[in-house]
Amino acid sequence: MRFIFKTDYDQDIKLFKHAGAKFWYAVLLAVAIAAPAVLGKYYISQLSFICIYSIAGVGLMLLSGYAGQISIGHAAFLAVGGYTEAIAVKMGLPFPLSLILSFIVAGLIGIIIGLPAIRIKGIYLAIATLAFNFILEEVLVRWSSVTGGNNGLMLDHAKLFGVAFKSTDSFYYLSLAILVIVIVGVLNLLRSFTGRSFVAIRDSQISAQSMGVDLAKYKTMAFGLSAGITGIAGSLYAYKIRFISPEQFGVMVSIELLMMIVIGGIGSLHGAVFGAIFFISLPELISLVKNYLPEAIANQAGLQPTIFGFILICVVIFQPEGIYGWWIKIRSYFEMFPFYRKATFKRTKTFMKSDRLS
Amino acid sequence: MLNQVLQLALSGVAIGSVYGLIALGFVLVYKATEIINFSQGELMMLGAFAGFTFVSLLGLPYWVSFILSIAFMFLIGVLLDLIVLRRILGHSAFSIIMVTIGFGYFMRGIVSMIPAWGTDTYNLPTPFSGSVLRFGGLALSGEYLSVIVMTIIICVILFCFFKWSRVGVAMQASSQNQLAAYYMGIPVRRVNTLTWGICAAAATFAGILLAPITFVHSNMGFVGLKAFPAAVLGGFGSLPGAIAGGIIIGLIESFSGFYLPEGIKDISAYVVLLIVLVIKPNGLFGERLTKKV
Repeated sequence: MRFIFKTDYDQDIKLFKHAGAKFWYAVLLAVAIAAPAVLGKYYISQLSFICIYSIAGVGLMLLSGYAGQISIGHAAFLAVGGYTEAIAVKMGLPFPLSLILSFIVAGLIGIIIGLPAIRIKGIYLAIATLAFNFILEEVLVRWSSVTGGNNGLMLDHAKLFGVAFKSTDSFYYLSLAILVIVIVGVLNLLRSFTGRSFVAIRDSQISAQSMGVDLAKYKTMAFGLSAGITGIAGSLYAYKIRFISPEQFGVMVSIELLMMIVIGGIGSLHGAVFGAIFFISLPELISLVKNYLPEAIANQAGLQPTIFGFILICVVIFQPEGIYGWWIKIRSYFEMFPFYRKATFKRTKTFMKSDRLS
Repeated sequence: MLNQVLQLALSGVAIGSVYGLIALGFVLVYKATEIINFSQGELMMLGAFAGFTFVSLLGLPYWVSFILSIAFMFLIGVLLDLIVLRRILGHSAFSIIMVTIGFGYFMRGIVSMIPAWGTDTYNLPTPFSGSVLRFGGLALSGEYLSVIVMTIIICVILFCFFKWSRVGVAMQASSQNQLAAYYMGIPVRRVNTLTWGICAAAATFAGILLAPITFVHSNMGFVGLKAFPAAVLGGFGSLPGAIAGGIIIGLIESFSGFYLPEGIKDISAYVVLLIVLVIKPNGLFGERLTKKV
């Protein structure tokens, strides 16, 4: 069992809590880098998708998991990022700049959408973002001179200093690099004053305000940053698929992103990554299991949403901290062996209080 | 010209009642449990399929099937609560919303896998089908008239239920503060079970009335997303507000579809919703409650 002796206040906000963590993250990174040498093209392609969805998940997690503002419209920011990238590249902007541009454009739109968040709370905000998603989807369809309407836009491979990321492996490395940059950036943000203000707002707006947190400023900031990060994911997504059209960014995608971070574990960046892994590997698992199922069930299109919905319900009931919470439990079982008790993670009884009164 | 405006207004009100009827379901659950039920549309779809089964597959008379489907869906709602929602009673609104989203996925998937239902589109024959009501130069089809009438009836019933019945008041109390409701001797669990039963029954009501208009298929629940603006516009906690919100949305859609360029009709509801939320964050008829620290 590991005890961390605190001798310094800075220890509380260290990126790595102890040397072991540093070691294991280094191992993880090494495995991620070595993966293309072992796995086939198809799996590497799926791994890039995991990276892309993780970035989007980190973006949404920052807003919903840390700042406590639910958004059911994040696919819209994905779309903004993707379209900005496609249009910027068409106009001749080189790649890293266009990625930064999509971060900025998505972030600005996020700030605009976040402005009502100063006044709107909880569920009304969630529905406002839902409305925004619908509006943006329709705008993308109708503004065909720029977005190509329902025909969508085609993209070439991403090019960095004249070198195109043509192969599956190189694109995987690109997405992995951006994912690592985003995660480190968000981790640093979260241990700063800004990040801790987000958490304070999530836990209680009134107490955050009493402690001197400017609600309006930090809420819009959370929206802007979250939208920007999701915009980056959108750009990468556009490069990965190399074709974008409005129906790829519908409300269902927004809901799926939300499901993804809840299943992964809300309120932790690990959760966003776990959620993305789950989200990408579930269809694979289903197609593996299909061979053992009776014909009548196996070939149904509805199988995937059914399983997805079922897992979501189970996660919320039995494991509200998601896959990450599960991982923590398993880890502490081994760390504390043989003293682990089920009651360690027992939830306290809570009673719902009205949101209308806050 | 005047006739055209009146006709547009009439069809707006008719479509608006449809939205209002679905929005009633949202408001009902919100008022009683403070949960936004994202599976309302799917419950409606399931109800419509139940109606379709009784009428077309089993050949029962329309009104008998109507009552049977409502009873069946009431049971489904009660079961949902007993099996799932009771376990997460008292958790944050966010987790419960995620559960209802999960329900939605689950139900849509299951319905598309049931052999006699599948992913096809079905028509539900009703006694009102085909009849058209005319007065002056205006026309209104029987299906829409049935929706308008039924919406008004169910709204009045629910309004009285929440205003005067003991159970209705208990429902509102348990939504505002579960713990205090327990202290007052309200059986919060049983009240919630009843709420979900009524919610599923109301959804069935909407589903069967909508069936001749939108047809019965596994994706008909997406109309539920259209009813959101209606519920929010009226303020989520207000029953008459839901109807008013629905009618406003219906009118906006009907007029913008006729006078404004193509495509605006589909998003006009959401644009109006955003504007209203910015100006009045609690909706047009929402309750204004503030917390004292």
